[in-house]
Amino acid sequence: MTEAEVDTRVRALIEPFNKKGVEIAEGTTFANDLEFDSLTVMDFVAEIEDEFDIIISMNQQAEIESYGQLVAAVHKLQDS
Amino acid sequence: MTENATTDTAPKGDLFSKFDDIIQTRETLLASGVEDPYNLVMEKVLSPTRAICNGRDTILLGTYNYMGMTFDPDVLDAGKQALADYGSGTTGSRVLNGTFQGHKECEDALKEFYGMDHAMVFSTGYQANLGIISTIAGKGDYVILDIDSHASIYDGCAMGNAEIVPFRHNDIEALEKRLRRIPEGAGKLVILEGVYSMMGDVAPLKEMIAISKKYGAMVLVDEAHSMGFIGENGRGVAEEQGVMDDCDFIIGTFSKSVGTVGGFCVSNHPKFEIMRLVCRPYVFTASLPPSVVATSATSIRKLMHGSNKRAHLWENSKVLHKGLRDLGFELGTPEAQSAIIAVIMPDLQQGAMMWEALLKEGLYVNLARPPATPAGMTLLRCSLCAEHSAEEVQTILAMFERAGKAVGIIS
Repeated sequence: MTEAEVDTRVRALIEPFNKKGVEIAEGTTFANDLEFDSLTVMDFVAEIEDEFDIIISMNQQAEIESYGQLVAAVHKLQDS
Repeated sequence: MTENATTDTAPKGDLFSKFDDIIQTRETLLASGVEDPYNLVMEKVLSPTRAICNGRDTILLGTYNYMGMTFDPDVLDAGKQALADYGSGTTGSRVLNGTFQGHKECEDALKEFYGMDHAMVFSTGYQANLGIISTIAGKGDYVILDIDSHASIYDGCAMGNAEIVPFRHNDIEALEKRLRRIPEGAGKLVILEGVYSMMGDVAPLKEMIAISKKYGAMVLVDEAHSMGFIGENGRGVAEEQGVMDDCDFIIGTFSKSVGTVGGFCVSNHPKFEIMRLVCRPYVFTASLPPSVVATSATSIRKLMHGSNKRAHLWENSKVLHKGLRDLGFELGTPEAQSAIIAVIMPDLQQGAMMWEALLKEGLYVNLARPPATPAGMTLLRCSLCAEHSAEEVQTILAMFERAGKAVGIIS
């Protein structure tokens, strides 16, 4: 799967969690822009893990702050 | 006014500015005039179920003192004798000068209590989780844990180098999905709790342990809130569900049913004793005082024969649960699953008001709030004791009814 395809699918998955309709860009952050709390993060991560059949450990999550970083990480994980 | 009180005065570079939000929440709460829920002083403790709190005679319903062992005459005698014979403290690590006869006797009592080959006593339950988890799960290994796990489990994960993978609370399918996705050949440790302390609900250990074994994972079960009470011999939820033999490690504490302080891990792993040399929270701290291991060992041995008390504690828990539900309170579980009954509050403000109203009635419960609670909930957490009489439970219900109506949580 190309990074563009990953982007399209992640973008669709984020929709129901994007309660305030924030415009999603590379640099959009989950904590500040999207205001995800820890519970939302868990649900959102679980959706992504199921969609791509991957694991994003808490250690990896700690490194992911922005939308762009997430897409890159998922792209890398589903390739390996 | 309180909005800026904390931030304006802070000098640049103050390392404490990261706590401003918490300070703010606390100041707002206290400004409303409620008694500080986190500053209670027990001036005198009358029994496992009664104390003088902030000057009032109070029924204790938030102590985790499930089996009421804190004033047991045999337990107290053992402690006094150990103080006289061995002194007030060990002043040493277990691996140097800190292992006394009492520590061995305490570990023997645990081995007998659980029917396991090995037992290791830590200075607190927190350190038991911290030590075992951070030591056995290393770089390249995976720890798969319930998202609602206790802080000591998370801190054990943070202290180690393993990959940490949480799954949705008590969700068997979510656990299996994650186990399936972990690379083949990687070391896996699944961490579960028998009773989750915030809502008082029980884990489906039987199903979860079977799945964990299917994927070749080792299993650690924290039975802090079930020891002494749940299961025929009080060994916990794993005993109740018939899966003791499949638990690789059981972790527990002395600060609940045992009624002292300390933590432990029991295991049948043939190499378990090496933990005494490689587990840093065990090695680099002083061992428990002689009086504490003596009171603990005596209490553990008495808990083996506590079936009558266990039956009474179940009765108390069921009556309180049903009574609160009938009054119209929202509870954490549909029925009593443990000796913890969590009463869900609409928000922190009303929770604090209800907590204070109960305290003025003469009842102490725990006010639990995020981040300790799941889903951002505010809870009034009640934990029953085998020494609460049936009449006391009725008194407690009447207090809840009056306070709940006064605060407007029930009608």
